[in-house]
Amino acid sequence: MITLEKVFSLRVLLHLLAIGPVLWLSYQMWLWLSGAPHVLTANPIEYITDFTGRGTVRMLLITLCVTPLAKLGKWRILKYRRLLGLYAFLYGMLHFLNYMVLDYFFDWELIIEDVLERKAITFGMIAFACLIPLAATSFKFMMKKMGKNWQKLHRLIYIITILAVTHNYMMVKADVLVPTIHAMILAILLSYRVYVNWLKYKTSNKKRVA
Amino acid sequence: MLIKIKNSWDLNENDVTSEAHYLSRRKFIRAAGVLGAGSAANLMIPNLGVSQEELMPGTNMYGGSELRDEQNTLDIITGYNNFYEFGTNKDDPVANAHTLITEPWSVTVDGHCDNPGVYSVEDLVDHSKLEERIYRMRCVEAWSMVIPWAGVSLSEVLNKVKPNSKAKYVYFETLVDKKQMPGQAGNVIKWPYREGLRMDEAMHPLTIMAVGLYGRKLANQNGAPLRLVVPWKYGFKGVKSIVKISFVERKPNTSWMRLAPNEYGFYANVNPKVPHPRWSQAKERRIGDFGRRKTLMFNGYGEQVAYLYDGMNLRRNF
Repeated sequence: MITLEKVFSLRVLLHLLAIGPVLWLSYQMWLWLSGAPHVLTANPIEYITDFTGRGTVRMLLITLCVTPLAKLGKWRILKYRRLLGLYAFLYGMLHFLNYMVLDYFFDWELIIEDVLERKAITFGMIAFACLIPLAATSFKFMMKKMGKNWQKLHRLIYIITILAVTHNYMMVKADVLVPTIHAMILAILLSYRVYVNWLKYKTSNKKRVA
Repeated sequence: MLIKIKNSWDLNENDVTSEAHYLSRRKFIRAAGVLGAGSAANLMIPNLGVSQEELMPGTNMYGGSELRDEQNTLDIITGYNNFYEFGTNKDDPVANAHTLITEPWSVTVDGHCDNPGVYSVEDLVDHSKLEERIYRMRCVEAWSMVIPWAGVSLSEVLNKVKPNSKAKYVYFETLVDKKQMPGQAGNVIKWPYREGLRMDEAMHPLTIMAVGLYGRKLANQNGAPLRLVVPWKYGFKGVKSIVKISFVERKPNTSWMRLAPNEYGFYANVNPKVPHPRWSQAKERRIGDFGRRKTLMFNGYGEQVAYLYDGMNLRRNF
């Protein structure tokens, strides 16, 4: 039964917040393609590249926020991590498709040159490629089937986020403010994990001594 | 009878970025009367490749798509700019450049020349000699436009102040004023914006000092009241809102070179064979087009300018 509580649940809110920008971008693209005024500037493809790229990095960072927030705030939000991660994949996919289709229109010569010879693009491509198995194994039955390997595989998210933030930083021409903020947030999130693991290591050592 | 002798570098009027937009814009301006009244002093440009009379009949040709063009391309050239003094987003300059005060404006000329001093724009740019030059503008970011500038050859300007034989390079600076240029509050670039040309490049007839666009005074976001246009080089060489011209012996250290010397060179000639470290320069997107087109060597002006670089390694001197 659909109750009011369910409609206004955190899950629905997260869905709306995550999909909202995509819907807004789609609407702007529709305006653009139908010749109406839009906000995508005179170079909409460039705008879409920036928008979806930033979206991917931010969804990845938000996904990485879930665990620390759940622990520190004692909130029961771990169950939303998968949903947010899948949205990161969606943004990454849009970013990738925009590059392949709108920006380069399958110009393989240029695309291969880009991926092989330009580190920033190489990093971005590796990050996206790594996101695919994570998205593919995000279903509950895969989780059960894979057991411990699931967690091992999904630790890739750290490498993916580091690559994505680095790619973002490298692609900016001069104004590195936004990618620097992304990098700082990532640094905090990674430090938290290092700290937690260090605590674990310490306590387990103590136990052994005792 | 007035005969327009076409130069080999001249583009046709239908190469101008969204001609339909231009036409509809004029119509829009006439109808609205707002912009026209706002910048009352339209420039008088003799001997135009495109005259207003010639354009008007064409307006009807675009009847079907007129409304659409008017809306989706409204102010492309004045609405999509790299002018970090007003913010780093492409739509920042149009939003912020209104704070720039261009009258009065003075330009300091110094260095190796016979007539150094402080000049007004009118002293340097003779309005009776204004020409319209329809040039391709290729940005280093791999997009391009076609823009009908109004200006005079830079050589006309420089000859007034008479550089001497010690002048090997000419160096330009943009205004620095945090109040007028809000983007200068941040340190994205070490202000002022600096640019320069070798003397032979500066004296080349294709190089112009522009004061107008579409037969009107330059909009602030396009570099009012006067800016450099060097059509065979990447757009960032076109220093805007110039307040200083110096004749120097040594190659000036220009803004983008300082910022990333491995990515932006002094020459910055458009060259499809020399990629930017982070993207290819082989193709470009003409604003308004969907796909990319091939980038031309020297932005298509090789016939006129290639000799300037005879014997030079353009890969090294990028």
